[in-house]
Amino acid sequence: MFEGWLLSLLIWLPILGGAGVLAIGRRSLGGVRGAAVVVASGTFLLAAALWLAFEPGGGMQLVEQRDWVPSLGIQYYLGVDGISMPLVVLTALATLLVVIAGCSDAIHYRVAQYMGAFLIMEGLMIGVFVALDAILFYVFWEAMLVPMFLLIGIWGGANRIYATIKFFLYTFLGSVLMLIAFLYMRLEAGSFSVLDFHDLSLGLDVQVPIFLALLAAFAVKVPMWPVHTWLPDAHTEAPTGGSVILAAVTLKMGAYGFLRYALPIVPEASAQLAWLVIAVSLIAIVYIGLVAIAQTDMKRLIAYSSIAHMGFATLGFFVVFQAGLGAAAGEGALTAMTGGYVQLISHGFISAALFLCVGVLYDRMHTRDIAAYGGVVNRMPAFGALFVLFALANAGLPGTSGFVGELLVILGSYQASFWYAALAGLTLIVGAAYSLWLVKRVVFGPVANEEVDGLRDLDRRELALLGVLAVLVIGLGIYPQALVTVAEPALVELLDDVSAALTAAR
Amino acid sequence: MSFETPDLSAALPELWLLVATCGVLVVDLFSSDPRRTATLYLTQGALLVTAVLALATQWGPAEVAFSGHYVVDSLGAVLKAVVVLLSALALGYSRPYLGERGLLQGEYYLLTLFASLGMLVIASGASLLTLYLGLELLSLSLYALVGYHRDSARGPEAAMKYFVLGALASGILLYGMSMVYGASASLELGVIADVAANHEDPLLLLFGATFMLVGVAFKLGAAPFHAWVPDVYQGAPTPVTLLISTAPKVAVVALFLRLFVDGLGPLHAELQAMLLLVAVASLLVGNLVAIVQTNFKRMLAYSAISHAGFIFVGFAAGTEAGHAAALFYTITYSIMAAGAFGLVTVLSRAGLEAEEIADLRGLNERHPVYAGVLLLVLLSMTGIPGTVGFYAKYLVVQAAVQAGLIPMAVFAVIAAVVGAFYYLRVLKVAYFDRPEVGQDPEALPTPGASAPIRSLLVINGVAVLVLGVFPERLIALCRAAIGL
Repeated sequence: MFEGWLLSLLIWLPILGGAGVLAIGRRSLGGVRGAAVVVASGTFLLAAALWLAFEPGGGMQLVEQRDWVPSLGIQYYLGVDGISMPLVVLTALATLLVVIAGCSDAIHYRVAQYMGAFLIMEGLMIGVFVALDAILFYVFWEAMLVPMFLLIGIWGGANRIYATIKFFLYTFLGSVLMLIAFLYMRLEAGSFSVLDFHDLSLGLDVQVPIFLALLAAFAVKVPMWPVHTWLPDAHTEAPTGGSVILAAVTLKMGAYGFLRYALPIVPEASAQLAWLVIAVSLIAIVYIGLVAIAQTDMKRLIAYSSIAHMGFATLGFFVVFQAGLGAAAGEGALTAMTGGYVQLISHGFISAALFLCVGVLYDRMHTRDIAAYGGVVNRMPAFGALFVLFALANAGLPGTSGFVGELLVILGSYQASFWYAALAGLTLIVGAAYSLWLVKRVVFGPVANEEVDGLRDLDRRELALLGVLAVLVIGLGIYPQALVTVAEPALVELLDDVSAALTAAR
Repeated sequence: MSFETPDLSAALPELWLLVATCGVLVVDLFSSDPRRTATLYLTQGALLVTAVLALATQWGPAEVAFSGHYVVDSLGAVLKAVVVLLSALALGYSRPYLGERGLLQGEYYLLTLFASLGMLVIASGASLLTLYLGLELLSLSLYALVGYHRDSARGPEAAMKYFVLGALASGILLYGMSMVYGASASLELGVIADVAANHEDPLLLLFGATFMLVGVAFKLGAAPFHAWVPDVYQGAPTPVTLLISTAPKVAVVALFLRLFVDGLGPLHAELQAMLLLVAVASLLVGNLVAIVQTNFKRMLAYSAISHAGFIFVGFAAGTEAGHAAALFYTITYSIMAAGAFGLVTVLSRAGLEAEEIADLRGLNERHPVYAGVLLLVLLSMTGIPGTVGFYAKYLVVQAAVQAGLIPMAVFAVIAAVVGAFYYLRVLKVAYFDRPEVGQDPEALPTPGASAPIRSLLVINGVAVLVLGVFPERLIALCRAAIGL
């Protein structure tokens, strides 16, 4: 129906809709909320249409290509493949949930700006996933910082200003080096098209600095140890909606960058330096997991667990170089890669759900301190059940989406080295430890104090939000094939490209 | 050199502006209107007509006139149109500010007109003499404008500093010019270029070029010749600061392009190290010192120094793309600076200058539209995509990468990240800090001025966004002006 326009609509509907919501301003609270929900739902419906219009298989689909800044050779070039399409849908879903969650009275200051910022950011994030021109990608990638900066700074917690400036500068510093890498590759490839970048065959001496520049940008965004320190602050101080978007979508942008840019453009350097990424991923999985156990703030605990889970994704992407890439036993590589990818989407659902859960508690008690809670299930049985479900999914319980990704990555890593698999497997223990201990302290036990005694259970809106996520978490756990069919052809193509480039280099 | 009766029509924009200025002078003399309405409109009309004339009559291949002292080319046409439009923009913001402080006199407009005339002369200068004359006409008018508010504490001090240091810089520039003249035996840039290209031992030329570069760097406010910038920006009346930070910057870029590209272009390889040094120093000094400022105008002054550093990165690249990038950077920076100082002008009133960063506290709470303008302008200065400032930095960095100056490009973008911090700090005050409870709302800065001027400010802010999304026209114009 929208052939040739669908991706543009997905980008510009929320941006223009967000501008419209800003224009309503303080005139009508109901109008702002209504308009925001309409725009977010419209975008989500378009994303659903995208899922239906997408045909599993390799190559870019729904391509749009126009001149944008012809004198610089920058194009408005969009397209999706199996890697980016599910992420677009995830973005639209997460934003819809956040906008609906933001209709509660917990957000009462400058509602129009709050909603407008989320909608504009949604358009920019979708732009990141569908841009096939490096500069267009960079434009969306950087512009997305601004609404998030304002969201954390205006609606965040007590320490919000420190957190938001740290967030902005960290990510900005990471990405400017990427711009220089793009400019250099433009000189080599003659255009900014990502697909032309893929065809470049650069020497290893050039690939390594380019890889490091891309690593700086993506590692900060993922975030990988040791450049993760902005994340616990930003997640903790952001309003609930901001934490959800940060965890569910923003972190995925870094991982997506590895798949779209680092691996296919500089395969040799990626292979050469895979040990580095694998090492920091394993450190993230084990060490950050242990750090998570020690947290006393619920959001901080979930933030650290996010870093550990994203470590799985990057481990899955880079272990392919040692798991028989291109050889007869190439199944190990594909397993690891698929596992990493499923982990991305699954983490999007689980972390969004966990942050929404914390938001539910915070709206009622105005504290994130674990010690302030206890025995919540006695007063909030429905909430307790859902929170336990998400915590178990976070720990990788079979039957939930968290299990699929972790299992596949561990299986793939085993092909590379027993020790990778053993270290990664530790997460099943560590993850269970922090997740279950969190549940034990917050949900179970006797009612801790009078405030907990006065809690009321989920209202319909909260129940609907968490219910949708629960269905998705279990659905993806039972039937991951729905996602894998979409993504696998693109991942196979990517692995083929990489192994062909590596063979050619030898 | 034979003397012939010159074809005066070659210099039509300058002649028109001179005649119009004299006309405004006479009209103002007989005007008894305290609001100087006629003077304002005549001035604006004269400037707009100049822009049209420049683009209509001078765009095209280069032609030298007036015995080699004057060149008509596309670069000059674009530069002239830009400087007069920026001057008109600066005047557009200034009337209520001047009126409230009892400064509304015809001289203000006339000085601006003479400064514009000086800038036009620089834009078309084809000889050392023309360039120097244009620069002096510009500088003398600006000295007077900086000290225009003679009853203020800082204004005359700033004017005195500007005058003493500016005169010194002019002297150094002239000294350099005399050496170049000595080495090439000609004032004409074309001849100098031939000599520079074929010189076996360009030592004297290089000495001259060094002194000239000092003069140009001073006028652009680049480190280490930046000492005047913060005091003058802070001390001058805000509309004058607005003027200084916009059109004259473009004129100085014109001066550089004429002197060091049309004239000494063949010596670029020898001069590149110096240009890089100035760029690095400006980026360092500007960005680091801006962090500790509490006065918004002073902070913007240091930010101007760092932007001058970016412009010098474009110069250092030395390619046509680099020069086009520097030109684009200067024009777009002027639009941003006009927005920032325009905001200060609009928020201020007699007795409340609204120039401390703390004055912006809670601006989003009280006046979200103006906070939005501030957001756009400062993001653009940071170089965030979606605003035109991104393309400014992009072009400069691309030129540097193409010229093989990758370490310089890396340094520049890292400096931009440092710069982001102090812009974000202002945004933090405007967006995240709430106004103090119980403070008298009357004592807070409020958008004053008239409705058209407030609209002008909003349009200025939106222009930063629109040009950031659709930069093609302006980029193509700058590249065409340079000859790409």
